Amino acid sequence: MDAQLINPFIKATLNVLETMAFMKAAPQMPFLKKDNVAKGDVSSVIGLSGESKGTISITFTEPCILSIVSNMFGEAMTQIDDEVMDAVGEIANMISGQARQALEGKGKVLYAAVPTMIKGKDHTISHKTTAPIMAVPFKTEHGDFTIEVCFED
Amino acid sequence: MPLDLNMNVLVVDDFLTMRRILKNILKQVGFKKMEEAEDGAQALDMIKNADPQFDLIIADWNMPKMTGIELLKAIRADPELKHLPVIMVTAEAQKSRVLEAVQAGVSNYIVKPFTAETVKTKLEQVFK
Repeated sequence: MDAQLINPFIKATLNVLETMAFMKAAPQMPFLKKDNVAKGDVSSVIGLSGESKGTISITFTEPCILSIVSNMFGEAMTQIDDEVMDAVGEIANMISGQARQALEGKGKVLYAAVPTMIKGKDHTISHKTTAPIMAVPFKTEHGDFTIEVCFED
Repeated sequence: MPLDLNMNVLVVDDFLTMRRILKNILKQVGFKKMEEAEDGAQALDMIKNADPQFDLIIADWNMPKMTGIELLKAIRADPELKHLPVIMVTAEAQKSRVLEAVQAGVSNYIVKPFTAETVKTKLEQVFK
């Protein structure tokens, strides 16, 4: 996978969280993922098609997502319920949209499928391809989250 | 038509999160009458049967059953409804999508993510 493809997703993630949840996040060193286990409590996955086939996912720890969704809604969320799950999907949707806009500017047109959401400790994420999975952890003052991007070259 | 905070507004999005955020912002602006629909088909049905009529439609693009662009085209094709202001709020920021919406007669276009200030500005542009 072209490592340059990850940058629009990092930028989109920072922009979405800052604009919709007034939260700053600090990206950490990207790494290649070796397994399918999500390092968090709730995830959303979106399939991408078009000039490349791939998947983007985002996985939040519970304190992190509760803090983000509380800020988005302007009210305290205390558990991962249907409303929080819905918000996880919409966050992934917005990140995918922003990143795809940037990639279109680089001449790569991609289309996104409807997000799916998964919750539970050590749940697994199925990326649609057998290509390497690039993961980028982020730190916030309320906990961590990770995005994963996987593209067939 | 000037902005009137007594207008009936319909917010259309398959994600509860976005309906909730948009309604919060509309409340902040001062709107009092807001209804919501989960997809374009439900929205079109509500629009056709509303009494009094809706004055503003705010719709997502990607939705099941009937997409936002299909809803916009259906509204513009109906002589009774074609005057209705329709603002699209979507994560689809690609130029080809914006162009398609403009050609279909969209009143304004908001790209997600957005701030409350952006929504207010776009509303002011529609209701001068």
